[in-house]
Order: sequence, then structure tokens, then C-alpha cells
Amino acid sequence: MKQSVASRAAQIANAMLLKDFVSAFFLAMRYFFKPKPTINYPFEKGPLSPRFRGEHALRRYPNGEERCIACKLCEAVCPALAITIEAGLRQSDNTRRTIRYDIDMTKCIYCGYCQEACPVEAIVLGPNFEFAMETREELFYDKARLLTNGDRWEREIARNIAMDAPYR
Amino acid sequence: MPKLTIDGIEVEIESGMTVLQACEEAGVEIPRFCYHERLSIAGNCRMCLVEIEKMPKLAASCAMPAGEGMVVRTRSEKVRAARQNVMEFQLVNHPLDCPICDQGGECDLQDEAMAYGLGEGRFSEDKHAFEPKYMGPLIKTMMNRCIHCTRCVRFIAEIAGTEEIGAIGRGGATEIITYLQAAVTSELSGNVIDLCPVGALTSRPYAFSARPWELRKTQGIDVMDAVGSNIRIDSRGASVMRILPRNHDDVNEEWLADRSRFIWDGLKSRRLDRPYMRKGGKLVETSWDEALAAVAAKLKSTAAEKIGAIAGDLCAVEEMFALKSLLEELGVTNLDCRQNGAALDPALGRASYLFNASIAGIEAADALIIIGANPRLEAPVLNARIRKRWLAGGFKISVIGERADLTYDYNYLGAGPESLKTIVAGHEAFDGAQRPMVIVGQGAIARPDGAAILSQAARLADAIGAVSADWNGFCVLHEAASRVGGLDVGFVPGTGGGTVADMIKAAGSGALEVLYLLGADEIDMKALGDAFVIYQGSHGDAGAHRADVILPGSAYTEKDGTYVNTEGRVQLGARAVMPPGEAREDWRILRALSGLMDAKLPFDTPEELRDRISDAVPHLEQVDEIAFADSAALKALAGKGGTVASDPFRSGAADHYMGNPIIRASAVMAKCKALHEREEEATGTDA
Repeated sequence: MKQSVASRAAQIANAMLLKDFVSAFFLAMRYFFKPKPTINYPFEKGPLSPRFRGEHALRRYPNGEERCIACKLCEAVCPALAITIEAGLRQSDNTRRTIRYDIDMTKCIYCGYCQEACPVEAIVLGPNFEFAMETREELFYDKARLLTNGDRWEREIARNIAMDAPYR
Repeated sequence: MPKLTIDGIEVEIESGMTVLQACEEAGVEIPRFCYHERLSIAGNCRMCLVEIEKMPKLAASCAMPAGEGMVVRTRSEKVRAARQNVMEFQLVNHPLDCPICDQGGECDLQDEAMAYGLGEGRFSEDKHAFEPKYMGPLIKTMMNRCIHCTRCVRFIAEIAGTEEIGAIGRGGATEIITYLQAAVTSELSGNVIDLCPVGALTSRPYAFSARPWELRKTQGIDVMDAVGSNIRIDSRGASVMRILPRNHDDVNEEWLADRSRFIWDGLKSRRLDRPYMRKGGKLVETSWDEALAAVAAKLKSTAAEKIGAIAGDLCAVEEMFALKSLLEELGVTNLDCRQNGAALDPALGRASYLFNASIAGIEAADALIIIGANPRLEAPVLNARIRKRWLAGGFKISVIGERADLTYDYNYLGAGPESLKTIVAGHEAFDGAQRPMVIVGQGAIARPDGAAILSQAARLADAIGAVSADWNGFCVLHEAASRVGGLDVGFVPGTGGGTVADMIKAAGSGALEVLYLLGADEIDMKALGDAFVIYQGSHGDAGAHRADVILPGSAYTEKDGTYVNTEGRVQLGARAVMPPGEAREDWRILRALSGLMDAKLPFDTPEELRDRISDAVPHLEQVDEIAFADSAALKALAGKGGTVASDPFRSGAADHYMGNPIIRASAVMAKCKALHEREEEATGTDA
């Protein structure tokens, strides 16, 4: 097919004026100045819902007393059988406390049932998701580890619970 | 026989029943807190309200006698609303502490609140609060949870017969307390924990240790006394967490003695978990191979008449049978299962050593004479049955032996054999009794002149008409769970064999060289001289301390075992947990030993063993049955006679909280013993 004279002229003009180059340059510039979807992890992090279910933590009351009363409801409800509790009398004040509170994080499926079962909001799934370990053994959490988590994340956890409260 | 209609179902019931019982006949469940079928009716919880036609108000069905032609509705809207209101009132003062309450998961109030609760409280005022009350080392109280059903009060007053718990105050200020805030001393006190429909009374040793949903439930048989109470062993993992009674109307009803219920901490301490051998005067750990080889070598190299074996009080029939088979193969005749030296002989017929009237039969008796026994301490559950019969009226009880508070009134006839002789000669007091019973305790027959006393007791039974065509009231009350089973399989001296006393003497003088103790700890270990002692058992008690070789066996919760109770009832207990460490089931140890001795026992599985047992002793096959014991044997026994000494009868009461190796290993039982000693001292100075 023979090209018309006009289209031939337009082609030549486009080529001479570098139209493709210029439009591509502007496209690049548009994306260059647009806000970026990627984030500079680990220096930047994305937003988390207050209901985010991350690493477990055992909370304390503001006076420092641990909340958990060893009712064993979380152990009973856990579908993955990841929680092991031993209850007993605390010698100092004869109250019911856990002697052992272990979570096998390799078994946990992060369903959050333990948090829902807890009558005193002791066991919670906090906002922390950065707890990759080098060995398997490090993922067997004990009571001390969980309480430390609670102490470290208390501010965020309390804020999340407060934000979620109206919907519960 | 009144007929009534319940929710459209027509039922015919026995006259004298209540509406609640009629509803149960019809298969309609009525919620209740205060009503309990074995206690008197209180009618104070109001949960069992039902609608009865032509009655202006709802009626409490537990206290309402069922009448002819009644039309009862239990599921109408009116009933439901009323029960909801009652529930709301129950919960007004009940704390919301289910998560820390030990009753949680098995609580009547929790269950009924699921059915009738409102879901939220409308009561915003302060709840009533009470101090927890002290009730001793077994019962933990949390009186805020009490709903004042008074089941505990009624149990202690009616069944246990000690009247230690009562209610003070009125209305909302009602409180359940022990008199003077003292510990409950009844030996049946643990049952109030089961009776309590809420968590007000819970088990102190079990406190907070487990939840009902995580426990594995096994049906066992108790061995702390010879009653053979049916128990449920609740275990988690490798440990027994608690022991509860199981209902058996003919044995323990639904009660359990404290020393059977709170024994489980004794199953965890002082256990023998590996074989030991004495080397250079010291017991050192060893392997099964070495220990069994040493035992086999010793048994092989010793003449049969220099070997003896004693079976202890907690053995199941299986191991006694296995040991007997093994030793008989070797020609050993020195066998005995009567550790306390009781003069009972299976050659005299089964009737001579059974509680022939049967435990349920106590309720049919109309007179009772107790000789040398304290049933309250030797068999608390059986004593509750005697008390139940006594409360029904027309039951004359006489006692020869130690004077003690048995929770019922009795006519005290004397302390020793003279009084027995007197009553045999002049038994007018029993004239007119149709079904009299004679209970002979171990205190009367576990003594050198025991045979003569047993004979005299049989003569008394014969004279007062306790043995007739349709009634056999001659009852031997055993203390050891293994005793009747041992006598049944014939674990007694063979021809020329010695009894326990003979064996100990022979061992002391060197005539007996090897002594095999199958869980036997109650003999004088110091008197055994230089004999080579093999101890097979579960606990490191007297026997293990003296032993030259220890073969670790299993306790009653750790093996499938057959037990025969004092009335001759054959019962099977199942294994709840595995024995600790390297310990094994006892019959397997004996089977392994027999393999090393060229006297291989002809069974490899529990089934084969049971077959062998039932071949040898056919009635042991009939589980939960009492095999017929021919009462003609008692005539022969009565004719035996003999001379008796004059020392008064002693009862085994002192051993109530110290009677066997498991009890001695239990810290809870030690606390009970200390408590009872204090009580005795206190009453001693008061008097």
C-alpha cells in the first residue's frame, strides 16, 4: 500500500521534532514526581490496622500486676494447641497464677481466638510482626518472654484496644 | 401407684415420690441446686419450679408430693420466666469469678445460667461479701460463691453424722460455717466438694491445678480400704490430678472416703522408678537385666523350703496369681497374703472370710453386732451405710471392742473375748431379729487366738439366727484391698508352708533364706535377720529400705487390675497413667522373671493372664458380681472352737491416715493425721 503524502510529512516532522522522546520524558517526569508506593523498609513501615494480629504479648495492669489469672480458656480454645499453661497458687498472696505459660510460635496460626477468649485482656496479639528468628528454639516463647513483650508494646497495644473497643 | 401427666407424657410412679422424681421418670430434666437424691429435701433454691394445673402458683417440684391425676408443665413460658427470675436472684450476690474458680467447667450454676441466665446483670449495687471460712486441709472455701443450698450441711449431718457444718444468719446474711470455725474432721468430708453445686467448697489439694476439660477420665477401683469404692481417676499427661467417686449403688453409692480421695499426691512422691540392688551394704541403681538375673539366680540356688513370699495390702489379683504360679512351680509353699496375721483360711470355705450380707444388704438387716472393728475408720463408706440403716430406725447395734464414736448409738457390750463369750452364752437381746448381722473386724482376728475368736463369732452368728436359708449375716470386715482376692486365689501357706509370722521367725533364725515381698511393708523388717529380701512394689517404704533387690512395680492407678472387695465383689480397675520411669506392671515383672528361671509362666498378655486366673478361680471372671458363698461352711467354722486369750480387741483405727505405703507418702494425709491428733488431744484435755 502506498502512503499518502500528508502522513509521510507528519512522520518526518515527528521524527525531526523528537516527539516520542519528549512524551516519554514527560511520562518519566510524571512518575518521577508522583508519590511512591514502595517504602524504604525497614526504615519506613506501612500502616497497620488496630486489629492486626502479630506477635503475642502478656499484659500487666498499670500497677505492674500481671493480668493473667490462669483460667486456661486460651489454652482450651487454641485450635493449633500451641498454648501450654500450668496453673498454681502464687505463694506470696495465694492467688491463682500461671506457673508456666508457653506458646509454641511455630504452631500458632495467628487466629486471635486466645485474645478473644481472654476474660482479662491478658494475652493479646500485638502489632509486632518482626520477630523472625535464626533458630526454631527461639520461637518457643515462655512466660517471661511474653511478659517482656507486653511491657515493650503496652502503649501500642492499649491504643489498639481502645481504638477497636467501639466495634466490639 | 399414682398416674400423672408431665409435659403431655403420662407416667405411673410409686406412691410417695415427689413431682421432681416423677419428672425424672418421664425423662424431663428439672434444674436444681439444693435437691439431691441421697439427702433430705430442703426446697430452698426454688430452681425446680414447675406449673401444676389447678394450683394458683408455681410449685417447687422437689418438695411437692406427686398426686394422682396431676398435670405438670415444665416448659411453659411461665415456668421459664420464673426460673429466669430465680436465676437472676441466685446471681445477685454470686461473684463473676468463673475464670479463677475451680468449679468452672463443671459447675451447676454455670450450666443453668447458660440455660436460664439473662446474659447480663441488672443489679448494679454492691454484692454481699463474706470471708472465706477455714474448713481444714481438705476443703477450700470461697463463701462469696455460696448460694445457700445447704447440701453440705445436710450431708455432714445426715450421711457423715458429725454435725460440724451449719448455717448462721438469715436471708441475705446467711453464712455456712463450721462450728467454732474448726476444721471438718469427718472422714467423709471430701464429699461436700462434689455436692457443692457452685465453687464455694472446692478441693484444697487440687486447687488451681487443672481444668475439667483437660483431664482424661479413667474408671478405677479404690484400694485404700477393702470396700472397693468405684472411683474416677482424672489424669493429665503422666500424672493423676484428682480422684472422684463413681456411682455404684451396691458399693459406695456416690461417696468416697477422704483417704481414698486425697491420696493422689502420695502417688507422686517416694516412688521407686528404677531397679536397685544392694552392693556393699548400699542400694545402688541398676538395670532390669541385672536385677532380674540376680533374683533369678538367688531363687534358683535356694531350696524351695527356704523361700517365702508375702503379698501386701494393695496388690491386684493378677500379680498375686502370677507370683503364686511362679513359686508353686518351684515348689515353694511359704506363701501368705495375710500381712496382719488375720486368722482367715480359704480352706474353711469362702463364707468364712467374706462380708456375706453384702454392703447393700446392711439396709435389709435389723440388728447388728460389731466385734473388734471400728467401721468408721476402717471402711468409712460402709459405716455411712450402717448409719443410713440406723437412721431408718428399728436397728439395734451392739459393739464389742474399742469404744469409739461411730456416728450412731450403740449398746456397748465389752472390750474383749470375755464379752463375746458372754453374749454367745446369753443372746436374748437378739431374739426377734429376723436378719441380724455380725461384723467381725481385723482387730478381733488378727491376733494369735484369731481363729478361735472367728469360730466363736461364727457360733454367735449361728446362735442369733444370722445364718439362715435366705440370709447370711456373718460378715468379715477387711481392711486390705488385696485380702479377699489373695484368699480367693489361694495365696496362703501350702502344705507345710508357714504363715507371715512363721516366715518372719524363720528368716530371723536363718531357716528362711529368701523372702519375696510383693508390696508388703507392714511387717517387722528388723526381724528378718540376714534373709535375702526381694521387694517388688511402688513406693520406697519399709520393705524397700530393707530390700536387697528392688523391682519397681506400679501403683493401683498405673495398672489394669482385678480387685475383690470385702463382700467378694470382683471389680476391674483400669490404668489411668503409666508407671514412672522404668517401673513396670507387676505381673509383667513376674512374667519376665519366670522367663529367666526356666519356669516360664504360661501367659504373655493381660487377656491370657485373666484366662488363666478364671480357669483357676472361675468366679473371678464374673466382674461386678458377688459369687455365692456356701453358708454351710460357717457351721464347720463354728464347731472349731479353740482357746482365747483375754486381751481386749484393738481396732486398726490408729492406721487410718498411715495404713499403707501410698498414704504414708502423701503430704495431705500427713496433714490430716496431724489434725486428728490435735483433735484427740483437745478432747482428751476437755474431758
